[in-house]
Amino acid sequence: MESIIQGRVYKFGDNINSDIIIPGRYLIYIDRERLGQHAFEMLGDGFPDKLRSFEILVAGRNFGCGSAREQAATAIQGLGIKAVVAASFARTFYRNAINDGLPIVESPALYAAVQEGSEIRIDLEAGKIHHDGKEYSFPKMPESVRKILELGGLANYLKTQLPTGL
Amino acid sequence: MTIAEKILSAKSGSGSKAGEIVEACPDLVMSHTATWRSVSVMQRIGATKLYDPGRLAIVLDHISPAKTEKYAADQQTSRNFARNHGVTKFYDVDAGIAHLVLMEAGHVLPGDLIVGTDSHCTIYGSLGALGTGIGYTEVASVWITGKLWLKVPESIRIVLEGRFPAGVYSKDLMLYLIGKLGADGCNYKSVEFYGGTARDLSISERMTVTNLSMEMGVKCAFFPPDDKTVEYLQGRLQDQSRYHPVLADPDAEYEQELPVNVAQLEPMVACPHEVENTKPVGEVAGTHIDQLFLGSCANAKYEDLVVAAQILKGHRIHPGVRMIITPGSKKIMLEAMNSGVLQTLMESGGLVTNPGCGACAGDGGMLADGEVCLSTANRNFIGRMGSSKSQIYLSSPATLAASAIKGVIADPREFLN
Repeated sequence: MESIIQGRVYKFGDNINSDIIIPGRYLIYIDRERLGQHAFEMLGDGFPDKLRSFEILVAGRNFGCGSAREQAATAIQGLGIKAVVAASFARTFYRNAINDGLPIVESPALYAAVQEGSEIRIDLEAGKIHHDGKEYSFPKMPESVRKILELGGLANYLKTQLPTGL
Repeated sequence: MTIAEKILSAKSGSGSKAGEIVEACPDLVMSHTATWRSVSVMQRIGATKLYDPGRLAIVLDHISPAKTEKYAADQQTSRNFARNHGVTKFYDVDAGIAHLVLMEAGHVLPGDLIVGTDSHCTIYGSLGALGTGIGYTEVASVWITGKLWLKVPESIRIVLEGRFPAGVYSKDLMLYLIGKLGADGCNYKSVEFYGGTARDLSISERMTVTNLSMEMGVKCAFFPPDDKTVEYLQGRLQDQSRYHPVLADPDAEYEQELPVNVAQLEPMVACPHEVENTKPVGEVAGTHIDQLFLGSCANAKYEDLVVAAQILKGHRIHPGVRMIITPGSKKIMLEAMNSGVLQTLMESGGLVTNPGCGACAGDGGMLADGEVCLSTANRNFIGRMGSSKSQIYLSSPATLAASAIKGVIADPREFLN
């Protein structure tokens, strides 16, 4: 994971649930590629392919609510999305995103400020998002969480712990 | 201290207040059909030893028995894993929905910390345990390390008073609350239910309440253990000395207290495609339906089947609809078989499937373009039961039974004396 994530945003509304992100019928997969092919397909209207030209998802309240399926985070990564910024996240998605190595940032102010196609720059280390000449601060992640993200997820982190700790 | 603060303090060995992050050791780690995914994580990182096989519980409930070769292979992986690692709390495809099976078997105790690969782990709070959902990678992590980090949640007190009117049940209470507070109304929070009405609720109704609490975003939900909890656990616990109820202190701090007079409630229906989109049944009565689903961890317990059967007895379901009944567990199915409830449901025109998650998890009972389902489950998200052009409404078993007879969404009070 890079500390600076930059790109164009696609904007969703509130309560995007994990059944929308990846329908239950695809939970037979755990790899990014195949999950990405079916992400958001329930929405029709050119999904998921139209998301492939964006780097960052921005959403309203309660992104990832519903099922605790970890593949919601995996599927988003399968689309080539580098980070999700939302006004708020459901707790299971928040945890799964970290454990899957997908950076997530809570910022209701940024959600209110951007449109589809807006360019933003997220600086995870500084805890700031830059957009249209303005700065939006967010609480920096605890060191332990940053470590998991840097290594690309909890499985990789556990691997580093195996020889000594386990 | 609140119940959540007390349980997380006990399981982390520290005095934990809301807002702190603790490293806690769960008593039980539940995994269902997702088990093979956690096994694959262990293989990928090269881990071979479990922290404590006695703390694992595995139940093959979604898409069971296997529908395709892929599911069969995944279930085989889970079975082999359980056998090779000496996981004794293993329940195969015949048992039913993990949550109900584990509570029936006495594996869930007041004061326990339980994590699992399912968001509806909140249901364990019906017995006073802290249950919460995590992903499969994290389940693998807890299998190996025996611990995980958790933020101690703020708590909300919901005080239930008044008598439920005829035809109104705990499902209606929850649909009312979810509609009022919203899908994130209690995000990250712990909810504790109090009041005379909470004490009067059966364990089955408490299960419905703590299960549906997830749809307000809770981390966990609790009914303080009482004589009903003791009665439920009698005969289920192999070791009675493990019963240690955890209650909140009188001076526990709550973020909010919310009184609810259930006497003012009506039968409620959640409309497509969000659970918070709730309306009193009168506002949607007459809505066309094609399929009815009496199932899920929310409302396929024995009491739920009885409520539906009482209304359906002597009636036939409307010729225009089909009704799928999926008992929550084998024990529930046997009880319903012995008491004649199953016979009533079948004679009314219902199709009874094997116990498990069934149509709620997309296993049979799929919906075609334009079809409408009324379900007793806990989610009505777009496409959850099939086509993205289908619609799901949620209700109590009583509203479902009345609607089955009428062939459209109907008020159950019409069928009660």
